[in-house]
Amino acid sequence: MTSRLLRVSAIETLSPLVTRFRFEDPEGALLPLFSGGAHVVVEMPDAGVLRRNAYSLISDPMDGSGYEIAVRREDGGRGGSRFMHTKVALGDLMRISAPVNLFSLDLRAKKHVMIAGGIGITPFLAQLKQLARLQMPFELHYAARSRAEAAGLALLPASPQVHVHVSEEGNRMDLGAILGSQPLGTHVYTCGPEGLIEAVAETGARLGWPKTVLHSEVFMAPPPGAPFDVTLAKTGKVVTVGPHQSLLEALEQAEVEVEWMCRGGACGRCETGVHACHGTIEHHDHWLSDDERASQTKIMPCVSRFTGETLVLDL
Amino acid sequence: MTIQFHDETFRDDYTFHNSPEGIRRFPFPFDQDSYMYSVNLEPHAGGKAGSPFEKRFDVDEHYVAEMRDRAITLAEDPLRCQSLPHMELAGWDFLELVMVSKSEDYPELFMLNRDGDRWHWINRPLGIEQRFTFLDATTLPCGPMEYITRQTQGDHALLDQRDGNLWMDAGMVTSQADWSLDFDIGMNFFEWHAPVPKAHELGVFQRALKFLLNLQQGAPSRRLNWTMTVNPRLDTSPENYHKWGPEKRTVAPGNVGAKQYLRVELQTLWRLPRSNAIAFPIRCYLCSLEDLVTVPKWGRRLHRVLRDLPDELAEYKGFAVNRPVILDYLAPFDDGAPTSPGIFPD
Repeated sequence: MTSRLLRVSAIETLSPLVTRFRFEDPEGALLPLFSGGAHVVVEMPDAGVLRRNAYSLISDPMDGSGYEIAVRREDGGRGGSRFMHTKVALGDLMRISAPVNLFSLDLRAKKHVMIAGGIGITPFLAQLKQLARLQMPFELHYAARSRAEAAGLALLPASPQVHVHVSEEGNRMDLGAILGSQPLGTHVYTCGPEGLIEAVAETGARLGWPKTVLHSEVFMAPPPGAPFDVTLAKTGKVVTVGPHQSLLEALEQAEVEVEWMCRGGACGRCETGVHACHGTIEHHDHWLSDDERASQTKIMPCVSRFTGETLVLDL
Repeated sequence: MTIQFHDETFRDDYTFHNSPEGIRRFPFPFDQDSYMYSVNLEPHAGGKAGSPFEKRFDVDEHYVAEMRDRAITLAEDPLRCQSLPHMELAGWDFLELVMVSKSEDYPELFMLNRDGDRWHWINRPLGIEQRFTFLDATTLPCGPMEYITRQTQGDHALLDQRDGNLWMDAGMVTSQADWSLDFDIGMNFFEWHAPVPKAHELGVFQRALKFLLNLQQGAPSRRLNWTMTVNPRLDTSPENYHKWGPEKRTVAPGNVGAKQYLRVELQTLWRLPRSNAIAFPIRCYLCSLEDLVTVPKWGRRLHRVLRDLPDELAEYKGFAVNRPVILDYLAPFDDGAPTSPGIFPD
């Protein structure tokens, strides 16, 4: 994973829970450009624990002067977003990975329709800038519970193609109406809670949309859970995974080399063989097939957990 | 280092030749005495000084002649260069990658000045000077991919990434080992690799695709591939098989050393920034058997590899018909001595 040390050059509160961070090269060098929908992995050295969280880039993909992300504080999470909100200060140097895109626009589309729920607005902020530069037709729908919580409002351009749906104000998003009136060749992108992604898929299926034009950002943070132990087949070493730690983080802490990239169960890079499993793997990834999951012979340590007696990994 | 560009041909009278330095820097593809398909990818992050691995886009003594040969092929068959409409952004990405790399790696040959989107490009070996607006295709004589690949050795495919697969949606293909862009355009990774024997069963393509989907910007990869070609011909395309296919029958014990070439492809893979596409340059190097055996290690090893190669591979690579003549020629150069690991001469 290539990465660079960047300086925090701006911190801005967007809503009570969401803060924007800007990173620039300390020497003022231009950063590699990227495509809308790309994310970076931010390293956070937090009191002896090295956390790595992925965040979508929200800045202009064609502007190499800096990278920007928007971080929602998740108090029930593993501590990464809390670290960003409480420990990071202007001028700090942080290690940021090269951009990776697992949610890119399909440039064959005749029109792009983007549907965002809550903090799921982030990848679209960069895609909007890319689409404006490419002069492609688009429409964006942004659903939020309340205006106060809608952090994206401050970052969205005032444009007739941008539609904001605030449920508190009785203006709920009507997926049937959105998907029912699009021209042929339209591609739809959804990012937000799992329920929203499922609702778009169901509405699309009902209206006869081909599955291949419905895209979603399946990226997710590793869920917390009960602590568990894993045994490494090569050394016999036992590694304990804490309740707010992912298996990948626990392996890294134990200095076990595992390749990784997205840390969100989407890219497949950290796929690890299971030597023996007496119990149940809680698969949280979007990479393994249903058959692979059922066979319990593979695990994605970035997001998946385990309950049961013993789990022995091919490591 | 000044490169002496050859005035030579890759068709008709075939005046192509390697200089002694050209032979020494040939990317011999076998790192051991046997060969089987593998995902033999490594980082494309420089290499031995003077070798074809050193620079991002290798420019050698054949540059000018190869670009002339490409222009002839394109004039006869414009479909060798195609770009589906959604790939123009990837074309610009690739143009930028090549211009930046070449002007930094060969400042005496190439120059790029950028003032925002206003670019000024000078290609001294080909005598080209162009001012244009980046991302505005109307300011170039042709599309961005065609423009830059008319000035860059090797074939080039631009692969779009979507639906967990790679799609061959643009390319410039005039020096290919018997495959056709016009046939493959729009195909996905498994479809365009369908004709390759054995590798599917080995799971090579599943693993390679997974690797490529995760290819990162700024971390290009490379691998070598190889085949055998009679006469130093770049355009061994299916479209022109009637021109070069019969030449296989002209190989005889008296001329095999001069007529039979080992054809090596240096394939590199680059993640492109704005389009998220992958650029896949396939650079072709040719070396005759009589030039190869001037490096004793290569003579010994090539004999062993070709002798022990499974029949399906010799058939697929198109030299099964001449294998006995080739082996008879190479056998005297193999004294049975052990060879050192790696591809470079001792």
